[in-house]
Amino acid sequence: MTGNHSTDHLNAEPVDGDTRYGAEDRIAISLTVNGEKVEAAVSPRLLLSDFLRGDLGLTGTHVGCEHGVCGACTVHLDGVPARSCLTMAVQVDGMEVRTVEGLAEPDGTLHPVQRAFRECHGLQCGFCTPGFLMAVTHLVENEELAETDDGLRAQLAGNLCRCTGYMGIVAATRQAAAEIASKG
Amino acid sequence: MKPPCYEYVAPDTLAGALRVRAECEDSVVLAGGQSLVPTLNFRLANPDTVIDLRRVAELATIDTRDGMIRVGAMTRQRTLERNEAAFARNPLIRETMEYIAHPVIRNRGTVGGSVAHADPASELPCLLTLLDGELTARSSAGERTISAAEFFEFVFTTALEPEELLVEVAFPVLEPGEGWAFREFARRHGDFAVAGAGATLLLDDAGRIARARLAACGVATTPVRLRAAEDALRGAEPGPEAFRAAGELARDAVTTVDDTAASADYRRHLLGGLVNDVLTRAAARAGGPR
Repeated sequence: MTGNHSTDHLNAEPVDGDTRYGAEDRIAISLTVNGEKVEAAVSPRLLLSDFLRGDLGLTGTHVGCEHGVCGACTVHLDGVPARSCLTMAVQVDGMEVRTVEGLAEPDGTLHPVQRAFRECHGLQCGFCTPGFLMAVTHLVENEELAETDDGLRAQLAGNLCRCTGYMGIVAATRQAAAEIASKG
Repeated sequence: MKPPCYEYVAPDTLAGALRVRAECEDSVVLAGGQSLVPTLNFRLANPDTVIDLRRVAELATIDTRDGMIRVGAMTRQRTLERNEAAFARNPLIRETMEYIAHPVIRNRGTVGGSVAHADPASELPCLLTLLDGELTARSSAGERTISAAEFFEFVFTTALEPEELLVEVAFPVLEPGEGWAFREFARRHGDFAVAGAGATLLLDDAGRIARARLAACGVATTPVRLRAAEDALRGAEPGPEAFRAAGELARDAVTTVDDTAASADYRRHLLGGLVNDVLTRAAARAGGPR
């Protein structure tokens, strides 16, 4: 092993291109999470999902399969949805991260997608919901929704729900998209 | 589970990455992480060193000059899929990439990462095999170009040496009037393909088939060209009869044994149907007699 071996977490340095870091080393990362600046020192093997939940206490991001299939851990990285279980915390250095906690207004007013999920029964147990909310928010704000329900289900296929049968989720997605479109 | 312990390096430059690659006997490359991180989480991979390429900006390029679409290895899949210049020169790239997992995975997954991972069921290796694409590998000692036919050696195994990095993936453009199609079958949307097939079809002035190219994924230890079917189609009248016959000939390309997804017999049946289907679609898109 070569290079620095900083075990003093408070004094961790930003990543250096010539240093090989061991699992016990900590690398300083600087990022924005739901609009707030975050400075942290992370192990190079720490997953973003565990960083959000364990280090920042943002337990809204759920961890289901840990191999990218279920979608429960979906967050936005620089505005684009990604699996936090397939991303290392160190990889989001300098990025903007948005989690389900960042959807509602600070006063608690729900995001149109959250409200639509509640009104359309888009959830039962709620485990998959944070991932769906992040995926659907990006979909309704940035993409064109498929006209057919089959097409829309294909657009939602990156997230799994074992309760609802997807009927409510499809309805919620349409309602949220209509509301966001009507606001222009 | 959680990733195992490893040494982590995030070089600033390609030269730095190549230096680390040369020094380490057992390094893996973290590109988009959509295949590597699951294997780390499951402890299927237990590398000494992980080389993170996220800071190597020079590998995220798309260059569409000179009859080739040259894609830097760190280009995100979603970026290539949505690139209009690439689509104009080879629309088959987009059609094929829409089968790669889900959009959220393609947001992070890279072109080079998927190719170097070399899953025999994956789409980009199949597309490169179909189009006779080229792969550029670099090491501290220099650079070499490897044809797709030579690059994919076995399941998760490529011609890359331990000290080499895949730096560029080149997709040839389609000929004017060349028809194209890709389809695959999976049990659930976005799952690994049970089988998939791609086709290009070029007609001559008489409306007969001047060149048919066919490749399949999910049916062998590497992506495969379906040469017997291609040969039979040369000079033939495009239509249901020729395409069904090509599908029959393609069935022999299946060399996988029965697995949890499908039996070998079922895959043969499936591949025959997929080949018929992609040829039919490619013919509908091919320029008529000129």
